[in-house]
Amino acid sequence: MTPGARPELAPLGRMLAVQARSEMRMRWRIPAFSVTIVALPVLFFTFFGLPYIKQTLPNGINLGAYLLASFAAYSVGSVMVFGFGIGVATERGLKVDVLMRATPLPPLIAILAKVLNALAYALLSLVVLIIYGVIVGGIRQDLVVWLDMIARLLAGSVPFIALGFAIGYTCGPNVAPAAANLVYLPLSFASGLFLPLSQLPGFVRTVAPYLPAYHYGQLAWSAVGAGTEPMLVSLAWLAGYTAFFLAIAFRAYRREESRKFG
Amino acid sequence: MLGPNGAGKTTSISLMLGLRQPTAGQVRLFGLPPTDRRARSRCGVMLQESGTTSVLTVREIVDVFRVYYPAPLPAERAIAMAGLAEQAAMRIGALSGGQRQRLYFALAICGDPDVLFLDEPTVGMDVEARRAFVSSIQTLAAAGKTIVFTSHYLREAEELARRIIVIDHGTVIADASPQELKAAVPGKKITLVAGRPFTPAELESLPASVLAVTGERASLLSNEPVAVLRELFRRGVDVLDLEVTGADLEEAFLALTRRAEPAAP
Repeated sequence: MTPGARPELAPLGRMLAVQARSEMRMRWRIPAFSVTIVALPVLFFTFFGLPYIKQTLPNGINLGAYLLASFAAYSVGSVMVFGFGIGVATERGLKVDVLMRATPLPPLIAILAKVLNALAYALLSLVVLIIYGVIVGGIRQDLVVWLDMIARLLAGSVPFIALGFAIGYTCGPNVAPAAANLVYLPLSFASGLFLPLSQLPGFVRTVAPYLPAYHYGQLAWSAVGAGTEPMLVSLAWLAGYTAFFLAIAFRAYRREESRKFG
Repeated sequence: MLGPNGAGKTTSISLMLGLRQPTAGQVRLFGLPPTDRRARSRCGVMLQESGTTSVLTVREIVDVFRVYYPAPLPAERAIAMAGLAEQAAMRIGALSGGQRQRLYFALAICGDPDVLFLDEPTVGMDVEARRAFVSSIQTLAAAGKTIVFTSHYLREAEELARRIIVIDHGTVIADASPQELKAAVPGKKITLVAGRPFTPAELESLPASVLAVTGERASLLSNEPVAVLRELFRRGVDVLDLEVTGADLEEAFLALTRRAEPAAP
């Protein structure tokens, strides 16, 4: 074949589509991930949410809708932190990255495919949780409210992707699951995602407004009319944390880069 | 690219692929930096110690890799050339070590690359896999592909390569065809058994390089076996047994790497 008789590069759009589909397939085949990611928020909501759904908050908001929003935020955050944290650490452990670096697949496409895959799982997890809340909990909101909440949570999940990368690049494959739990569970708890902040100890209420999951929760609470800060403030905090986590991830990435390929 | 472990073969491949940065000089592939996507689109790569997911099937991962390249081979063809046709529907996690190595070969060729970089490709392959691999390599070479591979198996290099670059400690010590390489190095191997153990003085400054000495046994490499023997007799060495054979590439290679090393104390 003469040079020039064939295109120099493969189309990026198709690369992204196929890469994302294979990421989803891989995740789907690891039930430990796919089932947990969908089942845990429903379980948590059953234990921590359902008993209180008939109560009303001081500001007149139904506690059920508030708690469903909280666990919705928890669920998307967990897809991102666990999916990227454990996923990146596992790939590093298997040295998948070594081979991929030598292919013409641009790293940005590889990351985008992972993000699309994570967004799809987050969406699945949200839809299951909301349907459960509506049917089993009898929580009533307009469809628009749910759609608005889903859109806010998916769009605002970037800092948790960054946190996932930070864990994935600093931890080995055996440590990453524990690290993700140790970081994400206390973070969610202290941000009022499991119990309303008003029921948490005083020092937690003081710390919460400085945590990323608190401002992420605000995005969801605002969707059901229970937010306590303007969206721009939430977004500014989330952007700040994104930069912070990415800096940690990038430092660890660079360190490994110079060790492995220096 | 031939050399013992630690010679710098993997490092050289990594430099050619842009996976490592040279401390001096520059690398160009097709006139492009090796990290350029246009260059990578024309390369197939098989690396040591790289891994891949275990939950996809052979066919699925080959199909994913094919999308990275502008004009890939049909998946069946790449899989068949790697000798994995029967395992196409198997999960990667269920493959044996040798089959996994074949899978990496399938991934390297599925983009129909102009250049293949194979780092120790036959490590872990069984006899059958190796045979399939050798015939695929020959088919690809006949189709005009450039194949760069590393090995520390001399027979493999002799069998497959048109040009052999011997490296040791990061330095090129020979760059020739297998025939030239054989001609350039001592062609005869002399194996001796003497009546008593050799003293160092007896084997000094002969027109030969000493391969091994153990007590009264010695093996030497030389192009002038007659001169060597004449000198040994002159020095009063009592030869009980003697064998002169043509040196194979393995021994030629040993002589070359030994020459590059500083003299042992």
